[in-house]
Amino acid sequence: MTSMMHDHITALLQKEMREDGRKPLEYRKPIKVEYDISPKSAEGSARVTMGDTIVVAGVKLEVGTPFPDSQDEGNLMVNVELTPLSNPDYELGPPSVVAIEYARVVDRALREGHALDTKKLCIKEGEKVWTVIVDLYPINDAGNLFDAFSLAALAALKNANFPTFDKKTEKIDYKKKTKTPLPLDKSPLEVTVIKINGTLMVDPTIEEWKSVDARLTVGVLENGVICAMQKGGPKALTMEDISKMVDIAVEHTAKLRKLL
Amino acid sequence: METIENKKIVVPGEVLATGMDFLPSSGTYRDKDKIVSIYVGLTNVSGRVIRVIPLRGRYMPKRDDTIVGKIMDMTFSNWFIDMGCANMGVLSVREISEFVERGADLAEYFSHGDYVVCKISKVTRSSVDLSMRGPGLRKLGPGKLVQVDSSKVPRVIGKQGSMISMIKDKTACRIVVGQNGTVWIQGAPEDEMVAAEAIYKINQESHREGLTEEIAALLEKKASKNKPLTREDEEPIMERGRNETE
Repeated sequence: MTSMMHDHITALLQKEMREDGRKPLEYRKPIKVEYDISPKSAEGSARVTMGDTIVVAGVKLEVGTPFPDSQDEGNLMVNVELTPLSNPDYELGPPSVVAIEYARVVDRALREGHALDTKKLCIKEGEKVWTVIVDLYPINDAGNLFDAFSLAALAALKNANFPTFDKKTEKIDYKKKTKTPLPLDKSPLEVTVIKINGTLMVDPTIEEWKSVDARLTVGVLENGVICAMQKGGPKALTMEDISKMVDIAVEHTAKLRKLL
Repeated sequence: METIENKKIVVPGEVLATGMDFLPSSGTYRDKDKIVSIYVGLTNVSGRVIRVIPLRGRYMPKRDDTIVGKIMDMTFSNWFIDMGCANMGVLSVREISEFVERGADLAEYFSHGDYVVCKISKVTRSSVDLSMRGPGLRKLGPGKLVQVDSSKVPRVIGKQGSMISMIKDKTACRIVVGQNGTVWIQGAPEDEMVAAEAIYKINQESHREGLTEEIAALLEKKASKNKPLTREDEEPIMERGRNETE
């Protein structure tokens, strides 16, 4: 694609500069995590601000039946809804391909990084387990939703407490939260590294996001172990690129994790 | 004839004048013998004509405005251009400065995502026609884009273009200001940043007095020592729209 913005961005990159004056491997400021923004309606919630990008995450807990292949494990669901108010490119209606990708990539890091000890979410084996639902919404999409969503989802899970569950009547009292937090074992966090015209960079703005050649989202645990990856964009990546991108992601997840 | 206060902040529904001494213009309407505002804005009285300039809001296309827009779509004979208002602008192949042969691929001239400077040639209830015949009307090269409020454009340009030519001189950037509030800046990367910062500041603080001096100080402090563009570097006249009046 050769649009005017793409030419502008690549011209700037040759001088190691970006649209907003940042260096290629620099996040926008401020990056902020606020907890418990919706204490009444969600079991756990968080708002993440990354420059002009703002996203909110809510965690809801429900009691459901386990899946046949994991009779003693709780369930995890991640939903993303891209609201038109956050970006004029988004439209109402059933989740778009883009929204599904966001949800699945965030889900994959949490699931494969074993963020939740799902065995501890079991109430009665084969019959009743907790279902953890993470809902993610962009309030303002100014680029880099992957990283913002991942950070917000993890923050909201950290913030969540179980509601009271009466085993006799099998009813949940959402108004009475217990002091028990979710069994959060590990904290997988994702960083997206993008490549434009041979330059690797993090935290893209909307315009940069639109002219991406290739992108790699890497989920990393606190000990530096990689737990998830997603490649996107129209062009290919070399082996060298990938190992560089992974190094960058490991470095930046460590920085982002300090905010939690 | 009663006198009407100029530059007074009014709200929608506010009666600006009674009687037939005054004439309603843009931003106002006549309700029997009263002239009423339809915006939150400032009154502007010149002679018998009353208008209300909205404090902010969407761009309203007007004939002869020069705008900066983005190519969103094309057909066999037209480009559709987004200029930040309710309707897309329509640029016909007949309205561009080059000759386009029958059946030619329009994408070779302007393609999706390109930015162009156009002039509005006709505004109807349902469509806005654009033209690219005229000095300075062209496709824009790579550059930085800044969006300001369309009601602040006269302030960005300044009286007889004083503000914009000061920014151009100090930052050695090429700048095109569209009446729709889209500003295109081309220059050295550092200079583009300074010019953008100055324009943001004007957009934010357009109501303040002594803004010109503040902008001059900001440019003096931050602008690089690049030589201002000379007449030869300068591309054809850019801001041909309405300048700040009075």
